Amino acid sequence: MPDSEALHASHRLEYPYSRSVGPVIGAFLTGLRDGRLLGVKGSNGSVIVPPTEYDPTTGDDTGDMVDVGPGGVVESWAWVSHPLPKHPLTTPFAWALVRLDGADTALLHAVDSGGPDELATGDRVTVRFRPAAERIGAMADIEAFVPEGGAA
Amino acid sequence: MSAAASAAGRTNRPVSVASFAQAHNVRRDDEHNEVEMLMPVVAEVFGAIGITKDDVDFICSGSSDYLIGGPFSFVTALDAVGVWPPKPESHVEMDGAWALYEAWVLLQEGEIDAALVYCFGRSSPGNLNEILALQLDPYYVAPLWPDPVSLAALQARALIDAGKATEEDFAAIASRSRRDALSNPNAQVANDTPAQTLLEDEYVVSPLRRHALPPITDGVAAIVLAAGDKARRWSKSPAWITGFDHRIETHSLGARDLTSSSSTAMAAQRAGLSDGPVDIAEIHAPFAHQEIILVEALGLDDTVAINPSGGALAANPIMSAGLIRIGEAASRISSGQARRAVAHATSGPCLQQNLVCVLEGE
Repeated sequence: MPDSEALHASHRLEYPYSRSVGPVIGAFLTGLRDGRLLGVKGSNGSVIVPPTEYDPTTGDDTGDMVDVGPGGVVESWAWVSHPLPKHPLTTPFAWALVRLDGADTALLHAVDSGGPDELATGDRVTVRFRPAAERIGAMADIEAFVPEGGAA
Repeated sequence: MSAAASAAGRTNRPVSVASFAQAHNVRRDDEHNEVEMLMPVVAEVFGAIGITKDDVDFICSGSSDYLIGGPFSFVTALDAVGVWPPKPESHVEMDGAWALYEAWVLLQEGEIDAALVYCFGRSSPGNLNEILALQLDPYYVAPLWPDPVSLAALQARALIDAGKATEEDFAAIASRSRRDALSNPNAQVANDTPAQTLLEDEYVVSPLRRHALPPITDGVAAIVLAAGDKARRWSKSPAWITGFDHRIETHSLGARDLTSSSSTAMAAQRAGLSDGPVDIAEIHAPFAHQEIILVEALGLDDTVAINPSGGALAANPIMSAGLIRIGEAASRISSGQARRAVAHATSGPCLQQNLVCVLEGE
């Protein structure tokens, strides 16, 4: 059968749900919109960032929200020479686990450091938010982290 | 059953891997859909021990709708076995190793004596970098679209920074795995390339070079589990499952120690791995550096042959690569090449979830 006679049907798969992010994740995302970084107190007094409703180690409920950052330390990183279409930056960047000042766990995000030779584990970085008018209460409100005091 | 019962160790009811089959793993199978890929493998796993679907009491499969891009694809996949007369049947959106675990639990309860487990996944039609990002935390991580190679690279860097490994170690593992795969007729990537040569590869995501990544694979696999008289009748040298456990760690990547695998260590302990020595280990380490973490977590010394099949670096059929580790380990017990073996499967980013299966011959 020639292609022109083949039957075709379009198929659009979607899950049009809306989800409530709840009191802890919601507070963190609202904080991003307002240009703040928040963590939550874990069951043993540690500060968990990004915050969760339960302590990832013990499973206990978490407590009060506290401000963290805006600076932090790179705990590990991976250099992306060729960003993929959906990556947060279009130019070469590092994924990094950043332990923000005041936090005991690390946040995954992009670091815009210029090049792989300008980044090392243990380096200090600081947050670069999008302009306030563009922020919507989502992870993309953080454009990237940048070396503290650096030009990037 | 006394010999089997004594071999049963940590499990209540002896269950054996009675038969194992897998497709030849390939980069891209354009000519067959999932059902057509499964049919010859199901026929082989039954035919090798002279049984049919009528001889099993339960069927459990492992697959992911995200790969095929359509809901309930596991329902159509049942056509590979035949839907009439109906059999009790279940499915997990996980690697077939976890489908095997579900069937094993049912066998432990004593209601059934035999089960078919199969799994399938074609990576080629879609974009794994984007599909696998969808398994991540939907609020904090998935919106950034980190790909599996990038996340593995964060783990590899942490391992290097901790002084637990070097890039040369990653290359040595990749070199050994693909050399061992030369004797595996189902391997996708098999060659004899020295580690020094591999270190000339470009970085994909630094510090991971091309050789440290798994191949992208289309593949399927199946196992028949049997207990009681059926285990004896279907195999002259059964590979008994003597310990079986799986554990998961937090989904918060930054709250984990990525350089160790506490969930693997706990599963191994509960499966009684250290009750005796093992001859071989089939470890599901999609990225070369993950073998180092898993060997430590399993407490294996250098007398143990690691991944004689070539492991996931030789073929990494998504949803099947874990089950294949159990099948490869069982095959070596049934053939007499090993007396006791451990098989491992992983799921999630950076070895988040891990399954340990201890197998013994007689």
